Amino acid sequence: MTPALQELFIAVVKILVIFSVLLGLFSLMTYLERRVLAFMQFRLGPNRTGPWGILQPVADGIKLFFKEEVMPEGADRIAFVGAPIVAIVTAFTAIAVIPYGPPFRLPSLGFLPEWLRGREVSLQIADLSVGILFIFAVTALGVYAIVMAGWAANNKFSLIGGLRSSAQMFSYELALGLSWVGVIMLAGSFKVADIVNAQAGGFWMWNLVWQFPAFVVYLIAGTAEVSRIPFDLPEGETELVAGFHTEYSSMKFALIQMAEYVNMITVGVLVTHLFLGGWHSGVPGLPPSFVWFAAKVGFMLFFFVWLRGTLPRFRYDQLMHFGWKVLIPVATLNIVLTAALVTWAHR
Amino acid sequence: MLDAIVFYGLAALALASAAGVVAQKNPTYSAFSLIVTLCSLSGIYGLLGSPFIAVLQIVVYAGAIMVLFLFVIMLLRVKQEDHPAREGRLLKGVAFGLGLLLALQMTVVLAARGGTPIPSIYEASTPAVARLLFAPRFLYVFEATSILILAALVGAVALAKKEP
Repeated sequence: MTPALQELFIAVVKILVIFSVLLGLFSLMTYLERRVLAFMQFRLGPNRTGPWGILQPVADGIKLFFKEEVMPEGADRIAFVGAPIVAIVTAFTAIAVIPYGPPFRLPSLGFLPEWLRGREVSLQIADLSVGILFIFAVTALGVYAIVMAGWAANNKFSLIGGLRSSAQMFSYELALGLSWVGVIMLAGSFKVADIVNAQAGGFWMWNLVWQFPAFVVYLIAGTAEVSRIPFDLPEGETELVAGFHTEYSSMKFALIQMAEYVNMITVGVLVTHLFLGGWHSGVPGLPPSFVWFAAKVGFMLFFFVWLRGTLPRFRYDQLMHFGWKVLIPVATLNIVLTAALVTWAHR
Repeated sequence: MLDAIVFYGLAALALASAAGVVAQKNPTYSAFSLIVTLCSLSGIYGLLGSPFIAVLQIVVYAGAIMVLFLFVIMLLRVKQEDHPAREGRLLKGVAFGLGLLLALQMTVVLAARGGTPIPSIYEASTPAVARLLFAPRFLYVFEATSILILAALVGAVALAKKEP
């Protein structure tokens, strides 16, 4: 095989592996979320399908497959079908530039072809020089899925949900982007791997310590960005039925749901990489590894479920006030302070 | 080879969706087409070796500005554009004439160049862009633009603010 073909082969394998892991994680999350939430509320949650109910996602999947597909009569067909596609494409594209661990050397096993033995493989699909900005851009495009879905269904609940969603997303996107700037300045690079490696050494090197205000802002803005409680107004069921996806059924509903969970996983991964030292253990002496990364992401995902089990929903005007009048000034102040610190340290 | 395929694909997409912006009767579709145009342009910037500009294109234009456009279109619930027929015909004529002029200019420019690509004057990497923007040469222009935008922002807020 020519080197170009080898690269292509490795890339395709990586894409397939990451895609399937994400799909698996998505279905696991739907189960874990219901289960953990149930325990928090002294219930049992789904526990009938398979041992401990672990096959519940499979049952859900089969159910959604065989459900009747309904499209409202006055719906705009193209936008209605396009919205779930945009949602899922942007959700998965954002994952492409995220590394999952330090570069990894393949073992020299006999059954592997010559060119694969001992080859160093980065655990990342694409290593862009603008990695973190790319994620920002792609998630910004994710808003369109919600706008399209809300507009296309020709339903007032959907439309209000779509409008709320887009207003919420572009107010919080600003704070979200600003909270990254300090981190980027400390690492001096847009590459996610560089940002992670800038936090090597010990947990006191993590951006959690050095960029604490940014961490808090990002955690809040990230939760708002994926519209989870306490920021789930776009789909607040007591007011808007189900918000922008009220009219979706069957597999289209499943796709929208999947995009939401993948976005949540992305936010969990980003918190880990940007503020919690990524794959570094935080304890000097313990080598960096995928395990630490997975553990931290797991904790973040649990954290989101925890939030959902704990907090009530914001009111709409409170949400906008909080975004514009608290988060953005705090994030901006943090940038100014970090810039001063970085300039002073370089002197 | 691969570059050429990607380039022509993106260029065709950009042109087709740009035509869609003008041809669509429904303003929401026009906005969606414009988003596709902006995204394919971003792809072309990436292909030209400037991922930074490519990403900015999406963040600023496709991400921020178009969301506002769509927001307004959706809030006002504009269904179809309705121009009186005569005014519409006049506008079409003007638009066609301007388009023809642009095509003519481009043909002249491209013919004068003899089809050779224009060599890039500046390096396009992120640090290079930053060094250009924040060097004395462009710094004042850059900062003056930001102040202008800020002034426009304050102006918009002042105009939109209701009298107490």
